[in-house]
Amino acid sequence: MTVDTNSSSLSSNALSSDDARDTSRDYRTTVGKIEVADTKMSMRNVNVSYGDKQAVFGVDLDIAKNEVIAMIGPSGCGKSTFLRCMNRMNDTIEGCVVSGSLKLDDQDIYDPKLDVVPLRARVGMVFQKPNPFPKSIYDNVAYGPQIHGLASSKVELDEIVENSLKKAGLWNEAKDRLDQPGTGLSGGQQQRLCIARTIAVSPEVILMDEPCSALDPIATARIEELIDELSANFTIAIVTHSMQQAARVSHRTAYFHLGYLVEIGATDDIFTNPRHRLTEDYITGRFG
Amino acid sequence: MTIKRSSSHISQRYDDELAAVKSQLFEMGGIVEKQVTDAIKALLEVDSELAERVVVDDEHINTMEVTIDEDCGLILARRQPAAKDLRLVLTIIKATTDLERIGDEARKMAKQAITLAEEGKAPRGYVEIRHIGQIVANMLSQALDCFVRQDVELALKVAQEDKTVDLEYASAIREMMTYMMEDPRSISRVMSIMWSLRALERIGDHARNIAEHVIYLVKGDDVRHVGLKQMAKTVHDQ
Repeated sequence: MTVDTNSSSLSSNALSSDDARDTSRDYRTTVGKIEVADTKMSMRNVNVSYGDKQAVFGVDLDIAKNEVIAMIGPSGCGKSTFLRCMNRMNDTIEGCVVSGSLKLDDQDIYDPKLDVVPLRARVGMVFQKPNPFPKSIYDNVAYGPQIHGLASSKVELDEIVENSLKKAGLWNEAKDRLDQPGTGLSGGQQQRLCIARTIAVSPEVILMDEPCSALDPIATARIEELIDELSANFTIAIVTHSMQQAARVSHRTAYFHLGYLVEIGATDDIFTNPRHRLTEDYITGRFG
Repeated sequence: MTIKRSSSHISQRYDDELAAVKSQLFEMGGIVEKQVTDAIKALLEVDSELAERVVVDDEHINTMEVTIDEDCGLILARRQPAAKDLRLVLTIIKATTDLERIGDEARKMAKQAITLAEEGKAPRGYVEIRHIGQIVANMLSQALDCFVRQDVELALKVAQEDKTVDLEYASAIREMMTYMMEDPRSISRVMSIMWSLRALERIGDHARNIAEHVIYLVKGDDVRHVGLKQMAKTVHDQ
């Protein structure tokens, strides 16, 4: 054998051997299985445009009950836009047009007769920046159940607040200061307060749009731990820029590119043996 | 839109780190290969000087194993490699272990060569050593080649060849037993030949391991303990 110290020989051969496996470089066709066994949400041929500019192209995707699905991809790939369709958050954006079929259980989310307020109670959302109301910690969590009429008495409301804060892992830190403003908490605590606020209305699905990008590593680790615990009771869809986070928290990962869903698969497979070249390039840091 | 195909990382240093650890592994492979051929030669030609050199040089291989492992550890900590990069780092770590073990087997053979040089040549067994030695040295060479070229067909061939080595080894051992029964005075020397045959058979196993790692690296499927048929299916995407 000749000892080859030229690194390029290995990588160029790696390409040729991968080419054989990568049947298509076309990012317009999704690689992987979009259907799941126990469907909670089902999206078909979802297209989203902002005025003339189309942001999401014909995405088909099912989300299973109690699964954590991560959506990854470079900036502008449509992952957040797609996520926001799932509880009609895009309705508030002028010029945004959504077409296709989006179903929660068997209900059409975009049914014109559907009231979005109860929909958003069923499909809650946690945003990138913690955004507690300028109210007390207690009121932040109690607000949702109050407006949705989920508590018939103060005792019941107290119980919901306590349970939600417990599930969000904030109870021990907040129980002695429930009357203090939520904005006085640290960033990580505020994000957990927002999660408590979301789960207080007993949603079925929680959408998370980069929930840890404004947090330090310790607070991030706590949120990730929380996502794992919450998946016992909720279905979670998370958009994240951190691939390690997607690898750690999710069961399935969806890779978006230029508005198309390029690949969907078990997270374990996506991060060790992705099928599509673009997914591989993105998660290995070759995208550019 | 045309998709720009980029084979290098956004971080040039990451590329450099991977390239460096790869070339260290190939360098180690080259040295180990020479150790094996030298050990066989020392045994066949009763060259105790060459055998001594093989024993001493094994230290160098051990040091390389530690260095490569350290470098792979640093890449894992710094870069959190994924997909093909992750498989590459894992494959290098595993291949390094196999290469180090092959080095140990070569040293064992060299020690037997020294013993035989002191006690006098064994009456039989050199034909078998030469024959199996040739197959095994060729397997090792091909295992390293298939890593460099990422050639899964060649990797499959190496794995298949291991079967031949196992059969030849079993037959050679049976013959050695017969010699020992025929001439009990030669037992000690024939035992040296048997230990050397054993070392060669082990080297074949390690070469097969390296070939299996290469299939994992390229195909992403673990083909250890699955049998040759399944391995062939994986290689041919069936």
